[in-house]
Amino acid sequence: MYYLRRILFAIPLLLVISGLAFILVRLAPGGPFDRERVPASPEIQKHLLAKYHLDEPMWRQYLRYLNDLVHGDFGVSLKYRDHSVNDIIAQGLPVSMTLGGLAFCFALALGLPVGFFAAANRGRWPDRAGSFLALLAVCVPGFVIAPILIMIFAVRWHWLPVALWESPWHMILPTIALGLYFAGQVARLMREGMLSAMQSEFVTAARSKGLGENEVLFKHAFRIAVLPVVSYAGPMLADLLTGSFIIENIFQIPGIGVFLVNSSLNRDYTVVVGLSLLYAVLLIGLNLVVDFAYTLLDPRVKYE
Amino acid sequence: MFLLQRAWRFYLPARFFFIVGLGLGLSGCLRHEPPADVTIINGAEPESMDPQIITGQADMRIVQGLFEGLMRLDPKTARAVPGMAERYEVSPDGKVYTFHLRTNLMWSTGEPIQAADYVYAWHRALAPETASEYAGQLYYIKNGEAYNNGKLADANQVGVQALDALTLRVELEHPTAFFIELCAFPTLYLVPRQTIEKYGDGWTRARPLPSCGAFELVDWRLNDKSRLRKNPRYWDAANTRSEIIDLLPIAGATTALNVYEQERADIVWDKNLVPSELLDVLIHRPDFHTFSYLGTMFVRFNITRKPFDDPRVRRALGMAIDRERIVKKITRGGEPATTSLVPPGVANYDPVPGLDYNPEAARKLLAEAGYPGGKGFPRFTDLVYGVKLYEDIGVEMQQMWQENLGITMELRPLEWKVYLGAQAHLDYEVCQASWIGDYNDAQTFLGMFTSEDGNNHTGWKNPEYDALIAKAGDQTDLKVREHIFQQAETLLVRDQAPIVPVYVYMGLNYFRTNRVEGIYQNLLDDHPLQAIHRIAAPH
Repeated sequence: MYYLRRILFAIPLLLVISGLAFILVRLAPGGPFDRERVPASPEIQKHLLAKYHLDEPMWRQYLRYLNDLVHGDFGVSLKYRDHSVNDIIAQGLPVSMTLGGLAFCFALALGLPVGFFAAANRGRWPDRAGSFLALLAVCVPGFVIAPILIMIFAVRWHWLPVALWESPWHMILPTIALGLYFAGQVARLMREGMLSAMQSEFVTAARSKGLGENEVLFKHAFRIAVLPVVSYAGPMLADLLTGSFIIENIFQIPGIGVFLVNSSLNRDYTVVVGLSLLYAVLLIGLNLVVDFAYTLLDPRVKYE
Repeated sequence: MFLLQRAWRFYLPARFFFIVGLGLGLSGCLRHEPPADVTIINGAEPESMDPQIITGQADMRIVQGLFEGLMRLDPKTARAVPGMAERYEVSPDGKVYTFHLRTNLMWSTGEPIQAADYVYAWHRALAPETASEYAGQLYYIKNGEAYNNGKLADANQVGVQALDALTLRVELEHPTAFFIELCAFPTLYLVPRQTIEKYGDGWTRARPLPSCGAFELVDWRLNDKSRLRKNPRYWDAANTRSEIIDLLPIAGATTALNVYEQERADIVWDKNLVPSELLDVLIHRPDFHTFSYLGTMFVRFNITRKPFDDPRVRRALGMAIDRERIVKKITRGGEPATTSLVPPGVANYDPVPGLDYNPEAARKLLAEAGYPGGKGFPRFTDLVYGVKLYEDIGVEMQQMWQENLGITMELRPLEWKVYLGAQAHLDYEVCQASWIGDYNDAQTFLGMFTSEDGNNHTGWKNPEYDALIAKAGDQTDLKVREHIFQQAETLLVRDQAPIVPVYVYMGLNYFRTNRVEGIYQNLLDDHPLQAIHRIAAPH
């Protein structure tokens, strides 16, 4: 019941998001067909606007858009006129999701153990080293890490390709460049979660039962300590799955992230609204999954 | 040891993510494709592959491999030579062209090509519902403009007729000296009627896509690659030198250079794909080829705002720009400084020199206009597209005007679309701009400063100038035509100066001459794909 309500509530939310995106992108100065060279006759510009119904009042355009949306049609891209927004998503999203999924796995596989061991060795050198590295990963942005990785592994040592998206080898550098920031965040959250869990009463109770330190840490503390990571994982996954403009640009990856940014620069109205909706759906959906995961991990949490 | 044991045990759940990740990676994109003979980095992702829709150079470079017009461009000179038309005749008044199509024309899917297909294609390019931005390229044809503007509903009154299966008669509004060059321009290409009628706007995504050029489109993945394969049914297939050509849409200069240096690409053919920090070093390498190009960077003045309504002010500002300093210090790609709008090398035309750098004379002119030593001259802004190159040029001009004339200018860098809007609505005082010729003729440069031209953007209206351009348009004698154009250019860049040219663009291609052949440097920076091929076997 609870989840059904949440899903139903998402519908008006999406409507508001689409409406806002629809209006805001049209308020920006310039239009999709403004170019350096003006067509030979002003009539040509009118044909273009008429063809894509941009000469109609905005509310009519929006209703038309909603009508198409109900039929699963996001409209035609105004920049890439041979493609519909559905095509663009169908081509780009799987690539972005692959890269995002890989980076997600990388972030958890690296971040969780680093955070865990940092907390388990609190105050000693593994903690200091782990915390420092995590902080570094969070602070250095992707557009710095990516070129450094390319310079070392691709240009100097020729171990890996510099760019493009063709084989698993091509995925390694972008995965690291994209995932490192999130790995740092996960490590920091995990460490904090562990530290507070280790001081909580149920851990003291478990220790007093005479359980070994390993069992206390892994079986009892971990489940609770990982909760902040879980709630962070939802938005993080939504962020990763919709692609990263910077990483996709640097490595020339045919994902959706490039469109997310360029469409607004190009005033490609339909793509801006379509991708905003896609992002919103992912964010809402994954938050729902996070809440569900909470009930599994923490017996104290229940939704009515 | 204890730590290691713990690590191993803990890693069991974490390893799950590794395995999932690996699976994702492997399933995601294992492609089995034969390697291409030639891989070209083409710049921006093509917006379309519909010859009548495209506007950008990157798009045109792919599309001219897939489709063709009555004429095509010679790979060496980029001048129009017979394409689908074997030969043509021109009437004595220069207004009627009769084209004779080749007898062995066929779509890549096997259907025959006839003169009536051209009538369809040109009608479609002009039809208002096609909304072709380059429809103006067909305005030279009789009734072309009227039909495109909706003033004429009957397409059959447009001056293009199929006399029989292989003969096409084209009637023009005026004798147009460059009409043959236009016949090699994508908007006038042949497009496949059946496919368009069946699929509508998204027809280029039909597979197999009927093509009439040297190549077929095998694959087109957004931001990934376009793959072209030789079209065996092309009339000149015997001279198509490559089987498979890949075009990669890489728009970042560093990425493009990296991919090229790793030998994953053979040709990079866009000057914007050279990282500007490395330009000084790279330009001396043997695989970097520069050449002059049909484009000019210039400064526009907004004539509707004081004090730029005074030609003396405009000329003074023009004479205070040290163009040599700009090309040596900022652009650094071997660009020649210029004072004329039409670039050198254009067909049938010798450009007129404009206002040379002369700070002394500039100061005198400004004093005559009422601003001795720049006194009383209002602060003004220079509208510029906000990228480093153009901002740097702006800073340089700011300094020159300050030093030479004692006047103060501020930069106004704007995002692309906002910059375009400000320029079009005359919402600026001084503005940096550029123009790349659409075809090899002075008309494409000089025509845009007539009073009613949509690309004028200066507010400058000069009846004498308009009359000269119109008169040149009616000329069949090329020498007389040149002379009239020169009078017009004198008015434009010397006497009235609503614009001040700064430098001529340079093109830059990079490729290893011991690896690929058949790519030549020419004024249009145009490189027909059928001539390009690899020398050594693919590595």
